[in-house]
Amino acid sequence: MSAATLEPRVHVGRNYLNADYGWKSWLFTLDHKRIALLYLVSITFFFIIGGSFAVLMRINLVEPQGAIVQPETYNKLFTLHGIVMIFFFLIPSIPAVLGNFLVPLMVGARDLAFPKLNLLSWYIYMAGGMFTLYSAIAGGVDTGWTFYTPYSSTYSNTQVTAVAIGVFITGFSSILTGLNFIVTIHKMRAPGLTWFRLPLFLWSMYATSVIMVLGTPVLAITIFLLALEHLFHVGIFSPALGGDPLLFQHLFWFYSHPAVYIMILPAMGVVSEIIACFARKRIFGYKIVAFSSVAIAVLGFLVWGHHMFVTGQSVYAGLIFSMLSFLVAIPSAIKVFNWTSTLYKGSISYEAPMLYALGFIGLFTMGGLTGLFLASLATDVHLNGTYFIVAHFHYIMVGGAVMGYLGGIHFWWPKISGRKYPNAWASLAAAIIFIGFNLTFFPQFILGYLGMPRRYAFYPAEFQVLNVMSSAGATVLGVGYLIPLIYLIWSMRYGPIAEPNPWGATGLEWKTSSPPPTENFAEIPVVREEAYAYAAEEAAGD
Amino acid sequence: MQTLPFQPEQASTIARSVDHLYFFLTAITLFFTALIFSVIFYFMIKYRRRSPDERPKAIEGSLPLEVLWTAIPTLIVAVIFVWSSTLYFRNSEPPKGSLEIFVTGKQWMWKAEHPEGQREINELHVPLGRPVKLTMTSEDVIHDFYVPAFRVKKDVLPGRYTSLWFEPTKLGRFHLFCAQYCGAFHAGMIGSIIVQEPDEYERWLAGGTPGESVEQAGEKVFQQSGCSTCHVAGGTGLAPSLLGVYGQAVHLTTGETVMADDAYVRESILLPRAKVVLGYKPIMPSFQGQLSEEQLNDVIAYIRALGQSQPKPKEEGKQ
Amino acid sequence: MTEAEARAHDLGLAHQFADLEQQQEADTLGIWIFLVTEIMFFGGLFASYAIYRWLYFAAFEGGSHVLDVRLGAVNTCVLLGSSLTMALSVRSAQTNNRRALVLFLIATMILGGIFLGIKGVEYDQKFVEHVVPGLDWAPEGKTLASLAPGGLGHAEMYFFFYFAMTGLHALHMVAGMGLLLWLVLRARKGSFTSHYFAPVEVVGLYWHFVDIVWIFLFPLLYLIGGRY
Repeated sequence: MSAATLEPRVHVGRNYLNADYGWKSWLFTLDHKRIALLYLVSITFFFIIGGSFAVLMRINLVEPQGAIVQPETYNKLFTLHGIVMIFFFLIPSIPAVLGNFLVPLMVGARDLAFPKLNLLSWYIYMAGGMFTLYSAIAGGVDTGWTFYTPYSSTYSNTQVTAVAIGVFITGFSSILTGLNFIVTIHKMRAPGLTWFRLPLFLWSMYATSVIMVLGTPVLAITIFLLALEHLFHVGIFSPALGGDPLLFQHLFWFYSHPAVYIMILPAMGVVSEIIACFARKRIFGYKIVAFSSVAIAVLGFLVWGHHMFVTGQSVYAGLIFSMLSFLVAIPSAIKVFNWTSTLYKGSISYEAPMLYALGFIGLFTMGGLTGLFLASLATDVHLNGTYFIVAHFHYIMVGGAVMGYLGGIHFWWPKISGRKYPNAWASLAAAIIFIGFNLTFFPQFILGYLGMPRRYAFYPAEFQVLNVMSSAGATVLGVGYLIPLIYLIWSMRYGPIAEPNPWGATGLEWKTSSPPPTENFAEIPVVREEAYAYAAEEAAGD
Repeated sequence: MQTLPFQPEQASTIARSVDHLYFFLTAITLFFTALIFSVIFYFMIKYRRRSPDERPKAIEGSLPLEVLWTAIPTLIVAVIFVWSSTLYFRNSEPPKGSLEIFVTGKQWMWKAEHPEGQREINELHVPLGRPVKLTMTSEDVIHDFYVPAFRVKKDVLPGRYTSLWFEPTKLGRFHLFCAQYCGAFHAGMIGSIIVQEPDEYERWLAGGTPGESVEQAGEKVFQQSGCSTCHVAGGTGLAPSLLGVYGQAVHLTTGETVMADDAYVRESILLPRAKVVLGYKPIMPSFQGQLSEEQLNDVIAYIRALGQSQPKPKEEGKQ
Repeated sequence: MTEAEARAHDLGLAHQFADLEQQQEADTLGIWIFLVTEIMFFGGLFASYAIYRWLYFAAFEGGSHVLDVRLGAVNTCVLLGSSLTMALSVRSAQTNNRRALVLFLIATMILGGIFLGIKGVEYDQKFVEHVVPGLDWAPEGKTLASLAPGGLGHAEMYFFFYFAMTGLHALHMVAGMGLLLWLVLRARKGSFTSHYFAPVEVVGLYWHFVDIVWIFLFPLLYLIGGRY
């Protein structure tokens, strides 16, 4: 990957990017690859918004009495940070960008099963996003992204209805994407591509899609009921009419716990692809890893009560949810061991995607293990509602899912854009992100155990040192995120032209040009080899 | 005040055992993190690519290894589950003879009421070495009563009671935090638990506003709200007598039998038509909105006290 | 485009599919998955209903007695009839009978319209009786007498579920009417033959689902307490 070489008049063939020009060819496209780019731009936009809220929060927390904003504003900041990051960045990120781009290519099809539904998904996502932005501009929301009743339904006088509509609408984007992926993977695989020859990224996408399809509708009805209660003051979730605030929590977490697996399973799929390619070996225990994805999706629906251990629910309910929460950790552990074993006797190279993948394994391991503290009833009593929780989920969501997303972007960038980026800068950014991330969030584990509750706009002075450390780390992390934004955009114009398979990877997406033509393949491929056929006796030649 | 401590004070009987479990979990986390990190680093160096055409041999997997690294984590989490659940279970029931204190949370303050009638705001005085049971409710949204030094926490809900208990083992002042986001001044809904020597606590109790006990206050509310008009002691009124009722089974007009506990008494006051005692008509008016949470608690305490008395003979109720 | 491709395109084959059979299977799987999401959507509502009915049975029974069982029963028959006409329209498409297809689709729409009309009458009645939570809740007279024993607050909860569940169902019916209209317009143009009538089947499945939801709603809302 040398620096930009100015090759004179390089012939870039006909591909999906130059097939047509003009805004109409983008906004009315039915090409899954262009839709993926529409999503790429929009989720980057929302990431910047959600990230800005986080920056303001961390600056505020530098001083115990709150440095820059009033408590009411701080409460709106953390609410919108959560809503934007979860619903408008994390949940769509890998599925809507990398999934949309790669699923048809990886199965050897010309597009997804339902291209019009795919475009509709993006418009629905944008409509939901507009409602949410409106609610932010028109005064904000201060309920927390969890919208607990009766505060959100009866007491808050912020833009609850507007943001509820926004989240409700966006949910359908998720549902349609999941539906599209399930049908595509079931019905449109190329000849010879059996289930156990699928790349593990597709197994992850499949498991994720099942969760999206089954879980998101429950969030939709929950938000619908919440909005009705907020508008009509009917007490279905508040005690005034005999309603139950805990019913809201059960309904909410029934979706929102599986939602975290929507956010992590795709990243795990990306990691499998990257490790296999940069160690030049089939993933160790392929079938086990595939089944683990499915197991995580299934078990993930059974553990929501661990968010409610201190609500006064029955001790026996707590025991059952605790046990199931421990069990759901096992398939993830199995994956980590299998990825590590893939490196054994491999041939490992360290380009940026591999750095992100290895960083994922480390940070996900830490984040996942801290989940045990929370599945454990006796310690969760002390840790629930504190910064320990905040640290735990950021290790998984940021240290895990975001690193996985960035790794995937860097891995497939040559395929998507037809260009290469400077590996030195990419590796530097990955290192800065890794360091900044740990500086930001590790102190929060300690803060949590010391007892600092979350969602506090100001705090007792004894917690200041750790808060300042965390905020300093956030600055480093922010810088780390800016760097790829710069060189990736730069590469689209000045990066060296990419060949069809710059990494020497297996997988059908690498057997077509970079970028691919609109119809993906000149001829639909026929698959004759197992997945990850890297070994000498298997390689069909690059 | 320590500058960089890693744990809060251990100021209750359960704090140390919770910390032991926490340290075990930390050890597991550190061990496996170190294991994965070091194995990866080792492989990264040992198997780095030495030539561009290297093609390692395919390795499918290893069933024995899969079984091993499934079984060991399962065993470890089983141990944690049993340890943690036992601790949790043991800590869930307050010991007999606990000092019972009533707590109300409201945006954005904590109110506590001692059985002798002493009231506090954002502070709670308790004696050293005696178990304390808090019965809590909220006047508005969900709050959460959290004392890090005692390792206890419980949500405080509107419309129902939750409880937690602790036994302080150290004198001093300890943080009380609200740990469930409840609106604008959630961060300000903090206070202190003040643990005193038992005799100092008695002196504090006596020294405050000479009040009536909770039961006495409840009896007053009972008279002033007109309850005694119908709930006559001899059972000759329009409503059942309440002597000996609390804590016993009650037969309803629907054929069901329910236990007369705090929740039942509270519901009977706020939603009297929901459960009507067998042999009586559904004519009791509702007191929803007329009694504050403290008054409700006082009345319930009074009715609880009445439950200790013997019912008058022939307490069948009117046909 | 080759001649074979042109023929396939005329038959309604989309470019991403290898053949009509693959497209048909994809469409069918797609609509079934969508119906599963609808089950989960209504499921959350049904679960909440079940919890409150268990807690406040008397209030739910009292509320149910305020509804007009005859209108509900008529609507049930109307909707079942519309499912029959829908199935017959699919059959007509299968047998290449364009006239029957259009007629049965229109019949389905008419029956759907009758259902919505009766629903409108029922809703209006609720306003007359002042049992609309949040908008007009002031029951009086006989209505109050039947609601009071269970607790007025809990009765309001029952009516909240009545409106939420039947309202959501009605919204789905309106969407279904729109889909039927679209089918009628396409059918009249001759878009559907015995080789290609997937949209008719897909809308048919959706319509049957909406019907089944009503089959659950009717006893759950109208027939509580079994006084019949």
